[in-house]
Amino acid sequence: MSAADADYRSANGIAARIRDVGPWIAQNPGLVGGVLFLTFVILLAILAPLLPHDAYRQNVLHRNELPSLEHWLGTDELGRDLLARIAVGARVSLVVAVASTIIAVAIGVMIGTIAAYLGGLVDSTIMRFVDSMYAFPETLFAILMAALVKGQLSGDGHGLLAPLVEAYRLSGGLLGVLLTLGLTGWLTTSRLVRAHVLSLKHAEYVLSCKLSGATHWFIIRTHLLPNTIPIILVAVTFVVPNAILLEAGLSFIGIGVDPPTPSWGTMIATGAQSIQSYPHLLICPALAIGLTLLSLTVIGDTLRDMFDPALAGTRRA
Amino acid sequence: MALGRKAPGVRREQGGASQSEPLLQVRGLHVRFGNGVRAVDGIDFDVAPGETLAIVGESGCGKTTLGRAVTLLLRPTEGQVVFDGIDLTKLGQRKLRTARRDLQMIFQDPYASLDPRQRVGEIVGEPLRIAGMEAAARRKRVAKLLDMVGLGGDMAGRLPREFSGGQRQRIGIARALAADPRLVICDEPLSSLDVSIQAQIVNLLVKLQAELLLTYVFISHDFAVVRQIATRVAVMYLGRIVELAETERLFRAPGHPYTVSLLSAVPTLSCSKISDDQPQLLAGDPPSPARVPTGCRFHTRCWLRRQLGDPSICTSEDPALSGDGQQKTACHFSAELLAGNSEHRRLDVGTNG
Repeated sequence: MSAADADYRSANGIAARIRDVGPWIAQNPGLVGGVLFLTFVILLAILAPLLPHDAYRQNVLHRNELPSLEHWLGTDELGRDLLARIAVGARVSLVVAVASTIIAVAIGVMIGTIAAYLGGLVDSTIMRFVDSMYAFPETLFAILMAALVKGQLSGDGHGLLAPLVEAYRLSGGLLGVLLTLGLTGWLTTSRLVRAHVLSLKHAEYVLSCKLSGATHWFIIRTHLLPNTIPIILVAVTFVVPNAILLEAGLSFIGIGVDPPTPSWGTMIATGAQSIQSYPHLLICPALAIGLTLLSLTVIGDTLRDMFDPALAGTRRA
Repeated sequence: MALGRKAPGVRREQGGASQSEPLLQVRGLHVRFGNGVRAVDGIDFDVAPGETLAIVGESGCGKTTLGRAVTLLLRPTEGQVVFDGIDLTKLGQRKLRTARRDLQMIFQDPYASLDPRQRVGEIVGEPLRIAGMEAAARRKRVAKLLDMVGLGGDMAGRLPREFSGGQRQRIGIARALAADPRLVICDEPLSSLDVSIQAQIVNLLVKLQAELLLTYVFISHDFAVVRQIATRVAVMYLGRIVELAETERLFRAPGHPYTVSLLSAVPTLSCSKISDDQPQLLAGDPPSPARVPTGCRFHTRCWLRRQLGDPSICTSEDPALSGDGQQKTACHFSAELLAGNSEHRRLDVGTNG
């Protein structure tokens, strides 16, 4: 973007938009609630080290305590503070969600755009590949990948694998989950982006740009991608909750994040064992994950309705 | 950069030396699609510098496809598009990009032809940006272009959605003219506008043509506008030109039964003018361009053939486009038609001044 173009952008509109915020909130209470809760979770994750208790310190004298003034959400089976562990778990969930979404959406946008823009044989080859990937149950695929990554990278690394093994150790088992999610999550994004770029590709303003002597890259950069941003945002709201859920699921069955790093999935798994005597050990992490997913879904639906009225009211699969 | 030398006057003088040389020569142009559709099925025409060649015909006759094939937005299956002595169909991507800057297009739908996310200044300045003009010069040129199309240079910061259809079309025109083209292909630029706005845009196009010495290929189905703006008219039917004549000649004495039908289908306010005349309205839809009729492609709907008692030549032989410099027709019986015409046919359309 050059100076001239930047100048055209700052001309008007911001004040008017701020004025419209009030009634807009009243129309979208779910969105506001979702944003508030999500902000809370993010703050919790960022401020986790400032909480009064350490997530890893065990205290066998205070095992399985109910919520109290000292431990706001009680303690777990090893006497660790539950709130601190949920906060650190939020870090894991958010890091996994953000990182895997970036990987997945980047791959998805790239592949979707290439397929749609080039068309023909390239398009059909890519999209048949995506179709066949779809045929795999996603969870099964994630389990296979996670198990593979864990098996290959948890030992001693040598040769080409060495840096990967090191990265795996540093990430406390997160790497496997990340790779898995990043590599499976792009399918939906690529389909959405492809469909949208296909519809834009023959727009008259793209033809007119071609006529002015623009290169393919110029057209993609200045017309196709900017006009696909709403679709990309919608894709993000599909991928993020999915990533959080899959991470929790993988951790729940023991092939996700390695203990003692707390993850909402592992916490639910251990909490489930003592559900009859100490239900709060299950309820607290379950609520955390449930409400986070709900917030994300509501935000995603609202964004999608705003950006793409044609899709309004449809439910995601 | 190349744009610097593009002071219109200088270059037009160069063009003036070879006045007789056509600016655009289209030879044997074919566009076929995968499903067997022959959208453009063998078209030849020349466009002289400074003239306006109108291309008229029903919806689906291949007018738009022809426009896109001439600009190479759609690769022709066969044939040549010689622009200013260079055959565009032979050029590779890179050379084509620079060669067709002199050949721009005004699009049909002013709502689809402007990127909704770009400011007017970016839209109009984009061809200049692609050509490598730097920002300051570009701003000046954009302001001048917007003035030229009657919008005012201060509109550059607005978004397309803030404008009406007519204003958007002006933006489209400014953009098409940004890189100072020599030939502008207008692809039904009026069809999505109000009648009152249409008149303004026509006047603007005429004014710009005079000021910038532009050459137009004007694709339309509106005979009133065509009569006002065109030097010559090409009538298209099913992917082929069936009549190509000087404008007044075509309106006064159409030499192809299809042209007669089209002209008599033009609504007029005063019926009396053609009251002595049988309107030769067409029945039915044109045949599918995937299955073009044998012989003359118009014979399935031709009223003249019925009047003449179904001569067999119409179904067996494909008439070539022939005639003198003023009027060429592709009909076996255009001589008979013209002889009949001279007695009574006078169609007064589009002369409401």
